[in-house]
Amino acid sequence: MSTAAFIVIAILMLAGALAAATLSKLIHAALCLVIAFIGIAALFFLLGAEFVGLVQIFVYVGAVAVLIVFTILLTRHAEEPTSGFNWSGVLVAVAVFAGLIWVILQTPSLSAPAPVIEALTVKRIGEVLMTDYIWPLQCVGLLLTAALVGGLILVMEEKR
Amino acid sequence: MTSWILAHLWLIPAAPLAMSLLILGLAGSRPRTGSALAIIGQVVALGLAVVAFVPTLETPGFRTFQNFTWFTFGEQALRIGWVLDPLAAAMLVMITFVGLWIFVFSTGYMAGDKNFSRFFAYLSFFSAAMLGVVIANSLLLLFVCWELVGLASYLLIGFWIHKPSAAAATKKAFITTRIGDIGLFLGILWLYGGSGTLLFYDGGNGCLEKTGLLALGASASFIALLIFSGAAGKSGQFPLHVWLPDAMEGPTPVSALIHAATMVAAGVFLVARMYPLFSFGALDGVTPSLTVVVWIGVVTALMGALIAVAQADIKRILAYSTISQLGLMMVSLGVGGVAAGIMHLLAHGFFKALLFLGSGSVIHGCHHEQDIRKMGGLRRIMPVTFLAYAIGMMALSGVPLLFSGAWTKEEILHATAHWPRSPVPYYLMMAGVVLTALYMTRQMICVFFGKPREAAERAHESPSVMTIPLIVLAVCTIALSAVLTPAWPWLHSYLTGEPAQFDLGRLIQPMLFVSLALVAAGIGLGILFYRNAGRDDPLARSQPLLFRFLENKMWLDELYAKTVIAWSAMFSKLSDWMDRHIWDGLARTIGGAGQLIGIVSANFDERGINAGVDESAAGTRGLGRLIAARHSGRIQTYMGVIAVGMLALLVLYAWLT
Amino acid sequence: MTPTLTLFLIISAALFSIGLLAALSRRHAIFILIGIEMMLAAANLNFIAFWRFAPQPQAPTGVMVAIFSIAIAAAEAAIGLALVISVYRHYRTTNVEKLDQLKG
Repeated sequence: MSTAAFIVIAILMLAGALAAATLSKLIHAALCLVIAFIGIAALFFLLGAEFVGLVQIFVYVGAVAVLIVFTILLTRHAEEPTSGFNWSGVLVAVAVFAGLIWVILQTPSLSAPAPVIEALTVKRIGEVLMTDYIWPLQCVGLLLTAALVGGLILVMEEKR
Repeated sequence: MTSWILAHLWLIPAAPLAMSLLILGLAGSRPRTGSALAIIGQVVALGLAVVAFVPTLETPGFRTFQNFTWFTFGEQALRIGWVLDPLAAAMLVMITFVGLWIFVFSTGYMAGDKNFSRFFAYLSFFSAAMLGVVIANSLLLLFVCWELVGLASYLLIGFWIHKPSAAAATKKAFITTRIGDIGLFLGILWLYGGSGTLLFYDGGNGCLEKTGLLALGASASFIALLIFSGAAGKSGQFPLHVWLPDAMEGPTPVSALIHAATMVAAGVFLVARMYPLFSFGALDGVTPSLTVVVWIGVVTALMGALIAVAQADIKRILAYSTISQLGLMMVSLGVGGVAAGIMHLLAHGFFKALLFLGSGSVIHGCHHEQDIRKMGGLRRIMPVTFLAYAIGMMALSGVPLLFSGAWTKEEILHATAHWPRSPVPYYLMMAGVVLTALYMTRQMICVFFGKPREAAERAHESPSVMTIPLIVLAVCTIALSAVLTPAWPWLHSYLTGEPAQFDLGRLIQPMLFVSLALVAAGIGLGILFYRNAGRDDPLARSQPLLFRFLENKMWLDELYAKTVIAWSAMFSKLSDWMDRHIWDGLARTIGGAGQLIGIVSANFDERGINAGVDESAAGTRGLGRLIAARHSGRIQTYMGVIAVGMLALLVLYAWLT
Repeated sequence: MTPTLTLFLIISAALFSIGLLAALSRRHAIFILIGIEMMLAAANLNFIAFWRFAPQPQAPTGVMVAIFSIAIAAAEAAIGLALVISVYRHYRTTNVEKLDQLKG
């Protein structure tokens, strides 16, 4: 795990996230969000969770980002501007950040170096998914189906 | 195959039952699906019944049963099961076969009814319940199916519930049969108490087998009588016959089903099934219970035939003829001719279904006119119906040689003639045969011959979906006689287990001439009497008093209204008065005391507690308003509050650890 | 020097706060969804980091939770965006400040 790579990725990712949160044009924000997601995926790779990183890219970059872009296109005729800022929200966010940092720094024994582990293979993940996590897997499958149906029903043209 | 059907005999009633539920569940608004499903269920049941029929042919006196424990309570295990013997197998085939053609007929007769598929669901249910009665090897299971038959008949007789007369008729049928069923239920309890089992056959331990019957001892006669009261209710025996003619308010296929294949057959079947109990301890083939059965049967047979002579409604005539024929069967069972009675039941199932469906066809053709005085001359307009009806009529009257009813009737007469107790039933039965031929001739003449009167002028022949069942049943009515003749009494030997020989020489017997003479007398008298009958009845002209007596059904309904019903009404009024003035006074005194306590505590409540509650309610309301004002309805405000709360929790957590 | 758990946690806290900022201060409904996605991603990052730095990382619980969390986040995003579209159809706006019919 190289520190240089970590720093570069982290800075890119946070920059993308900040841009996604603050840019006034929605479509730009969505593209910056893609950068942030790719950064997170890279961090996952760095942590040795390659499979999760790949899933992150497939799901977020491939699907969620595209969905967001579509939604933006479908609702772009909104008359009011997409900018507009609520400064009290910024205050709360900064306070939460400060609180989190304070708590993290207060906690001892977080600075131990990462232990050496075997690579987590996709085979192993598949085995675990099909044995210990079979019920959560089924439930998630059901949830995704329900979300699919629900999403369709929500966006169907209302019959008048 | 054989052992499979024996283990799965329950499938026979299950098929129509499943279809019934399926129709109710699925085909509410799809009439074609409904009728198709019902017919499929019936065909499946018929197929299975035939499969079950085959093994009973192989060995004489074949009987197999399968019992299992339904549930246990304490030490006692309640066991039910099913049994297959010639009696059950023959009934199964008859019910499913006749039922099937009634179903087919119904698709034409009920076409256009707005509850078409519900009708078929009920029909299937009816059929399933009756099949359950037939295969039951436990009096309990039989009773359950028996009551289901009652329920199904209630639903079907009252199918056109919007007609007040139908509603009254269905209520009457249900309550009248229930009176008999009380007796049956008491009999079941007594039987269980006496023998400790309700299984008919259980490898020597059943209640119809030696040990069970011996355990009952002298009480067997009383139990048999109680059971007979149930059978009398279902089979329309005097004095519980009054519901049967009123049951004509149902659609005609229902009448056919009730009168031929299912409901009324159940009573006769029950007596035949329980025959070992009835004949237990017989001296010379006579027991007290069987004597009662004979006399009730005789009264019923004669009364039904007499009343039928003076009825004007085509279906009512057939209804009273059913009552009379059921009486005949009961007589046959009572005098020991079980096989003859069941044979007549089977043959009657065919030709009475034929007659009812024929009358249905006539009614359908005459635009739902049922009064025979308004028909006439239909012979030319409805030739198929006429021919089928004529075959049914001749079978019912007992015209010898060709028609199944004649052979069975002859055999019943034969059995009755040898009853040692008294010759009177025999002579009365002969009178009944003459009367049967007489009223059937009258009906034929009024409906099919002579000049067309008002209802017949606009008549038309029924569609083929209705005439084909008629033809099939007519053919069966004739064909059935092949196994009934004394020359080759196959059905008789099948039911009794004695071998049958083919002997053409026995075809002609003295009794044949007796019945020939009787039938000829009946038909001849009928032709003589009614050849010019039209709007007015010759009997009404010559014997007005007698005619009115018969036309009003011997005033039995009125008699019941004046006695039993009036008494029960009086009793309920008495109960009501007791309730109002005696029990109520008691209740009021107690209630008054309660009220007094209530008033005291209410005062305390209002003055003491309510004030406090009111105060706090006002406080809550004010607080609610205050909080409601903070609800901006904006999601981001809420989220911010959540974030702040989370931060607070975080800080608190870090503080504490 | 290799990055420690503290560093990952700080990065994830920063990402979470940025997500919160987007969710709390932007008026457009889609920004709220973007913020929520970021917060979820931050949580996933935490799971993976804790798994990697745990003493015995043989049981991949953290990875499993992250995978399920991604699946649920995908469902959430789909429903959320469908809601945005249907809200837009109904009110002709995506400004959450105008959607205040639930106010007390």
